[in-house]
Amino acid sequence: MPPSTGRTRSLKEKLAILADAAKYDASCASSGTTKRNAKASGGIGSTEGSGICHAYAPDGRCISLLKLLLTNACIYDCAYCINRVSSRIEREAFTVEEVVDLTLSFYRRNYIEGLFLSSGIIRSADHTMEQLVRVARTLRLEHRFQGYIHLKTIPDASPELLAEAGRWADRLSINIELPTERSLTSFAPEKSSRIIKSSMAHLKTGIEAAKRTPREEKTGRAKPRRFAPAGQSTQMIVGADGASDLTILTTSRTLYTSYDLRRVYYSAFSPIPDASSALPPAPPPLAREHRLYQADWLTRFYGFELSDLEGATAGGMLDLEIDPKLAWALAHREAFPVDLNRAPREMLLRVPGLGVKAVDAIVRTRRYRRMRFEDLARLTPTARKAKPFIVLEGWQPARLLDDAALRQRFIKGPSQLDLFAAPPPPIAHTSTATLPLAATTVL
Amino acid sequence: MTAPARAAAPAASGPWRVDLAHPADFAAFRNTARKLTAAGVDPRDVVWQVAQEDDAPRGLFGTGRSVDALPEPTPETAPRAPRAFLSLAEAVVCHNAPERFALLHRLLARFAAEPKLLDIASDPDVAKARTMAKNVARCSHKMKAFVRFRETTDADGTARFVAWFEPEHHTLDRTAPFFTRRFPEMRWSILTPDRSAHWDGETLTMGPGASRDVAPDGDINEDLWRTYFGAIFNPARLKVKAMQSEMPKRYWKNMPEAELIAPLIKSAASRAEAMVAAPALGPARSTRIARERRSEADAVAALGDHFETLADLKRALGHCTRCPLHGPATQAVPGEGALDAPIMFVGEQPGDQEDIAGKPFVGPAGQLFDRALADAGIDRNRTFITNAVKHFKFEPRGKRRIHQKPSISEIHACEAWLTAERRFVRPRLTVALGASAARSLLGRTVTIGKMRGKPLDWADGTPGFLTVHPSFLLRLPDESARRAEYDKFVADLSRVREISVATGL
Repeated sequence: MPPSTGRTRSLKEKLAILADAAKYDASCASSGTTKRNAKASGGIGSTEGSGICHAYAPDGRCISLLKLLLTNACIYDCAYCINRVSSRIEREAFTVEEVVDLTLSFYRRNYIEGLFLSSGIIRSADHTMEQLVRVARTLRLEHRFQGYIHLKTIPDASPELLAEAGRWADRLSINIELPTERSLTSFAPEKSSRIIKSSMAHLKTGIEAAKRTPREEKTGRAKPRRFAPAGQSTQMIVGADGASDLTILTTSRTLYTSYDLRRVYYSAFSPIPDASSALPPAPPPLAREHRLYQADWLTRFYGFELSDLEGATAGGMLDLEIDPKLAWALAHREAFPVDLNRAPREMLLRVPGLGVKAVDAIVRTRRYRRMRFEDLARLTPTARKAKPFIVLEGWQPARLLDDAALRQRFIKGPSQLDLFAAPPPPIAHTSTATLPLAATTVL
Repeated sequence: MTAPARAAAPAASGPWRVDLAHPADFAAFRNTARKLTAAGVDPRDVVWQVAQEDDAPRGLFGTGRSVDALPEPTPETAPRAPRAFLSLAEAVVCHNAPERFALLHRLLARFAAEPKLLDIASDPDVAKARTMAKNVARCSHKMKAFVRFRETTDADGTARFVAWFEPEHHTLDRTAPFFTRRFPEMRWSILTPDRSAHWDGETLTMGPGASRDVAPDGDINEDLWRTYFGAIFNPARLKVKAMQSEMPKRYWKNMPEAELIAPLIKSAASRAEAMVAAPALGPARSTRIARERRSEADAVAALGDHFETLADLKRALGHCTRCPLHGPATQAVPGEGALDAPIMFVGEQPGDQEDIAGKPFVGPAGQLFDRALADAGIDRNRTFITNAVKHFKFEPRGKRRIHQKPSISEIHACEAWLTAERRFVRPRLTVALGASAARSLLGRTVTIGKMRGKPLDWADGTPGFLTVHPSFLLRLPDESARRAEYDKFVADLSRVREISVATGL
């Protein structure tokens, strides 16, 4: 791709252009892949389960992977994208070697966990995918790079290229881009949700084929060829079209269950230089993205169904001022207060302010002692948020729960929550001396 | 930094004194705590002192009773602790709070009477220890994240990567092995104020603390790294608090990219405004492509229900939006099989696996169907297998997609596709598997129990046959009922074979 100025740009100038072009993809995860390290295998790099964010930009987003576009030239014209063919930005392209060298230089200095490589579509889907695969192959084979690699997958690329991409990459992703087929058709006419979905189905098939069930491991079935051990993810742009939060969540719920996605990333539509007139001029509030993630978590880890969330929205939109779990609780006060010393785990998970870890700690602890509010306060920093919704030894929310202004108190900030405070009762612990011996070890 | 005066004569009474060599000296802590607990020493009577720790009460160095005098615990007297305590204590020892040793000693002493103590997350000692362990884990994680190596050269000319780092807690000892796994073929050193770690490619050596000025003050790649940091930042979404909660200011002074933070924040608002204010462009090609798209859709629509080839039919089916089921489903699943098949089987709709694979009858019900066909002596390759409804209808529940029965209007919307497929294949006998298929072929609702197993005519007058859908067999909870129903199903299929033979096939 010859630069428009006619002179060759320096590596630094290229990096500035091709990192800038890549920043609208929110995904940066480096977790969930196989555990491996160069000490065992030779070469450089390791992945140990949890991802590592090596820096944070002032936009609050983590920098874990070196996120680059191989080229920002593109033959597509997706209205929301800075790299679309009709945008008058400067165009550049890295060589395969430049990306490989940058990745290794940054990795050695501990700036990054690995590489997230994407690209504009040049010439054809296969040609573009071939370039992406070459970078990953060079890193893995020539440099025995054991760090994390995330490749963006071009939906129309050939099955052979996808199979090779899965062999070198930890994660593959195809962006669904927009919450509805109709929006996709109008904003990204070259893309087809039909092809995107069947590509996701194809990846799912590959990912599953590469996994052995515990039984197959026992019976010694040969290890299948590696294929994207960190699974697949996708991204949806929020606020560019008129889709409601409920529509967005319905789409992501379908995607999660259909294709076993590890994550659906929500990216609040962001103004871009040289924007298309098809887009709204102003971005949606950033809080919207945050609320969507919270609601997404509720359906994946807290046992909420979409029908539950529907009751916590107004016209399909989540409350921007309070989190969706609190909104649900305020709309379902008849389900509260919940007695933390007795209620089943599913109900504890519905209490505002209690996360999965706090809930598990409560379930463990209450086997041995009846919990008071001070006990809860030691388990979680957000105990005060839960206060109006719970019953504990020595604590009843009484009329607080029926207070019409309860929502207002949460919005005014946590200092207002002191109004809920009861005088601290003395700490009394029951003795646990008579409990049976646990599995112990000699220290 | 005063060295402990170990030479002082041990006192015979008063508090016990423990001197630890360095702030995260777990081995020494463990040995001493065992002895103290075995001897029944009250945790309040022990003063723990670390050679390099500034906030240790200096006045006590060398004074107090020495634990050396205590006997080694025997298997009988050794204190017992839950397994989880070991890893908890290993973490807590690295905390910077001077009271960490006393806290761990106290927990260890309490296990004798309260063996389940660690499960009581609300116990003040347990809660405190867990919080401290969490702080240490976080600190160790931040070290893995924020260490920045700078390249220098060793005396022998080999490259060495050196980092200066100031952790909040004493986490270098527990974190250094991570770097040996990640950078085994590099020589590197991590220097901190109270410990240092050195890797020569084979051995990890822990040493005393260092000072900042022995670390290199730059690296040739830092300029590129700053370029990246600046370019990846999106000025239209400033979230400074979110950044700071994950990357606290205390780390900034040793991160080369941090000098950009203030200028990036300062210019963000004007850059974002400029983007919003800039004149917007109409999409250049979108309108044309949309027109092309429409004309393709129009062409497909123009085909109507009359297709030259089965490939045409499949292409048109791929664009089907006659009912809402195309939205959540992956793809329309066309029928498959021999074009001159004498028998056509019609199921209900694709299931979870069929939706992913794009082929009919490949999931559990399909496998059962294959077995039943074989048992009835029918060659699947000589049949054509399809569904009354071409898109998968489901409801997400938990992590799975639960099959939903298609409605009458959905079956009706799909009828034309089935009719078209039957026009291509022209089977002598069309077999409906289950009520939805029968509904489609007959145009009215039927009771399978009454009509199964006998020849019948479909609404268009062609010869038909009706039996259950194989997924019905999968849903039977009782093993013996399942076997009986399977036999009945195979008997129906055998009848299908007989009819097809009798009609001259």
